[in-house]
Amino acid sequence: MKLVPFWFIVITVLWTGFFVLEGFDFGVGMLHGVVGKDEAGRRAAINTIGPLWDGNEVWLIVAGAAMFAAFPGWYATMFSAFYLALVLLLVALIVRGVSFEYRGKRAAVRWRRTWDGLMTAGSLLAPLLIGVALGDLLHGLPINSSQEYTGSFWTLLQPYALLTGVTLVLICLLHGATFLGLKTTGDMRERAGRLARRVAPVTGAAVIAFVIWTHVTARDTFFVNPVELLAMLAVIAAVWLVYSRSDGFAFAATTVTMAACIVSIFTGLYPNVMVSSTNAAYNLTVHNTASGAYSLKVMTVVVVIFLPFVLAYQTWTYYVFRRRVSTQEFQPLPQRSTRLGAPLPPTATPDGGAPPAGHGN
Amino acid sequence: MANVDLARWQFAFVTINHFFFVPITIGLAFLTALLQTAWYRSKRDEYLRLTRFFGTLLVINVAIGVVTGLVQEFQFGMNWSAYSRLVGNIFGAPLAMEGLGAFFLESTFLGLWLFGWDRLPRLVHLLTIWAVSLGTVLSAAFIMAANSWMQHPVGYTMVNGKPQLNDIWAVFTNQVFVWGYSKVLLASLVTGAAVMLAVSAWQLRHGGDTGVFTRSARLALIVLVPAILFTMLVGDELGVIEAKYQPMKIAAAEAQWTTCQPCSFSLFQIGGGNQDQTPTQIIAIPHLLSLLATNHWNGKVIGLNPLQSQYSQQYGAGYYVPNVFIQYWSMRVMAYAGVLVLLLGVWGLWLIRRQKLATSRRFLWVAIWAAVLPFLMNTAGWLLTESGRQPWIVQGIMLTKNGISSSVSATSIVISLVVFVLLYGVLATVDLMLMLKYSREQLPPARPEADVDAPVPAVQY
Repeated sequence: MKLVPFWFIVITVLWTGFFVLEGFDFGVGMLHGVVGKDEAGRRAAINTIGPLWDGNEVWLIVAGAAMFAAFPGWYATMFSAFYLALVLLLVALIVRGVSFEYRGKRAAVRWRRTWDGLMTAGSLLAPLLIGVALGDLLHGLPINSSQEYTGSFWTLLQPYALLTGVTLVLICLLHGATFLGLKTTGDMRERAGRLARRVAPVTGAAVIAFVIWTHVTARDTFFVNPVELLAMLAVIAAVWLVYSRSDGFAFAATTVTMAACIVSIFTGLYPNVMVSSTNAAYNLTVHNTASGAYSLKVMTVVVVIFLPFVLAYQTWTYYVFRRRVSTQEFQPLPQRSTRLGAPLPPTATPDGGAPPAGHGN
Repeated sequence: MANVDLARWQFAFVTINHFFFVPITIGLAFLTALLQTAWYRSKRDEYLRLTRFFGTLLVINVAIGVVTGLVQEFQFGMNWSAYSRLVGNIFGAPLAMEGLGAFFLESTFLGLWLFGWDRLPRLVHLLTIWAVSLGTVLSAAFIMAANSWMQHPVGYTMVNGKPQLNDIWAVFTNQVFVWGYSKVLLASLVTGAAVMLAVSAWQLRHGGDTGVFTRSARLALIVLVPAILFTMLVGDELGVIEAKYQPMKIAAAEAQWTTCQPCSFSLFQIGGGNQDQTPTQIIAIPHLLSLLATNHWNGKVIGLNPLQSQYSQQYGAGYYVPNVFIQYWSMRVMAYAGVLVLLLGVWGLWLIRRQKLATSRRFLWVAIWAAVLPFLMNTAGWLLTESGRQPWIVQGIMLTKNGISSSVSATSIVISLVVFVLLYGVLATVDLMLMLKYSREQLPPARPEADVDAPVPAVQY
């Protein structure tokens, strides 16, 4: 088997998995303050992704590590080229990550508002920055004959890359809204639906513009390829399904939209991995950045053994937490007066624990 | 300051910070799993309450360990792209394995454990915390395999001046890895146990539930004493292996400029650094360095000066001696902190025997402050290992100064260094504040309304 193309596919799968899964986490992170009107609502929104987001974010770590192992040249050039953008991305991911754990650890309003703000900002900035980076890979950056980036931070902010970033943010928003529609009840679900209907047309327009521009950037044929076509059809379906209020199918459609958009960037790239705007001869390709054959063979064995396991237990996690989350679980219970009376340590505020009935649904 | 120095400062800063949280996570995940197992088998509520109490401290740390781990992975490509390009096909492999085999396991099952209290059967829920613990232990294995390869490269051939992996098995049976990894696991157990002991001691001094916290203090001590003993024994063996593969590291740790046989170990000295090769004051223990470095009473340790001329011949002109001051003092801080932890542990065991553990206010006071010791020990140990490898980034293959990203400007590195210092400063403060707050919290009751059959509620955000 040809291991070099196989590893390009693995990396495409990992990035797609990351955006499909963490995409709705980003969306929920951006929307939790809007969907949840009060403290109980915000907590309900955050708890829809509570058990899931950490496992979803690992897809990013693994995508990065897989690039390091399989295409060290790609990893080295890309990560050093995007230096300051990555510093920003790390800040965004760090404050967002700790905001989940820390916002509930103190009851003070200012404390919680601060972490809410950081969660929203981090969830917006992360897909924007990664989107810009992915757009740059395809559109091209100044890269010299020794595979070194020669531009500056501002070179990264070219129009196509910015559109890619904004499009991904908009898909995340819609994806998060449809996810919330699927995972909440009552008023929350209503509000999530309204938000989805408001975002959907904008996302639809952005995706179609993005797909056309991607096509023009990547290919010289007139006809769109199946992935690009799928992205457009999926986003149109998503808009229609959002308006016809079928939560499940709408979420499926935003999932496909996200996946197709990411895959279209990578199919547009292949066999390049980073296009050089200086000279096409300096393009980084799967071949001039790949690891040795033995390393790829070892990594193939590892991924073939581990990835099915990961998919199995992550799927099981989604099954365990399939239940909708209701704001009632987070309403303060008046009869619990003392801190000691709270049933839980981490969110040991009196509203921390729901009575068993509240978990039924 | 040159780019390479800035990049090194950044690496040292973020890595030392990251490794404050990692050993707590590895140690506490294991101890929490032990507590929950005790609850599963005995069904006694005090174990459930302890599980949830220490589980909270675990979660506060995991959060920060995970997010600072992101920086660890990114910075190889950001600051050390020449290094990444050269050795990615070897060094990247264990990193990718770590993500696939360990991070997924740890993160996914932590979510299941936190939120699954009333949704999973008791046995399945117990297995989720063990899966978290397994994830932390595996993760350390992969990253230590990668690090050990930098200390002592194995399992490769040189193709056109680039090392190419040709034996993954050799990477995972590397002697430096086998002993270094064991040491990291044991030191993490020491750290977790010391934290658990300190928290229990604080509770016992401040009117926490005596019955319950005596149990956790006892568990911590029973883990602590063998763990610190084995850390020292394994560390001794690791020293012998390093003396073989990285003689500079060990010679510098003793500021041993000339070859000696037998060699004594100095408890304390002034001077003897890179600029000043004759120390002015020495309290020496005869034969101890020979024992530590060679396992023989009269073993020979080659001095820094002969090694320097040997390396100059072998690798070309250059200065191959690491920073002797850092080596000498990190060795001593590590060893002395370890000895103090051992003494504390023995004192505690003696009090358990006398049944005075919960009432000896002096011991409890010392035990609280002693929580600092394992962190000193860990940080010093890593300084000894990493600074002792200098000037190499990969021993014998690549010099650190050749590993940096040539396309990244000094300004960029300064900006990122400042950003990380500020961000980590805030994070560490918040983490410490929350750890202290939740360490001083009263024990939660096991279930709402003292209903024996009620489900244990999930931990929610």
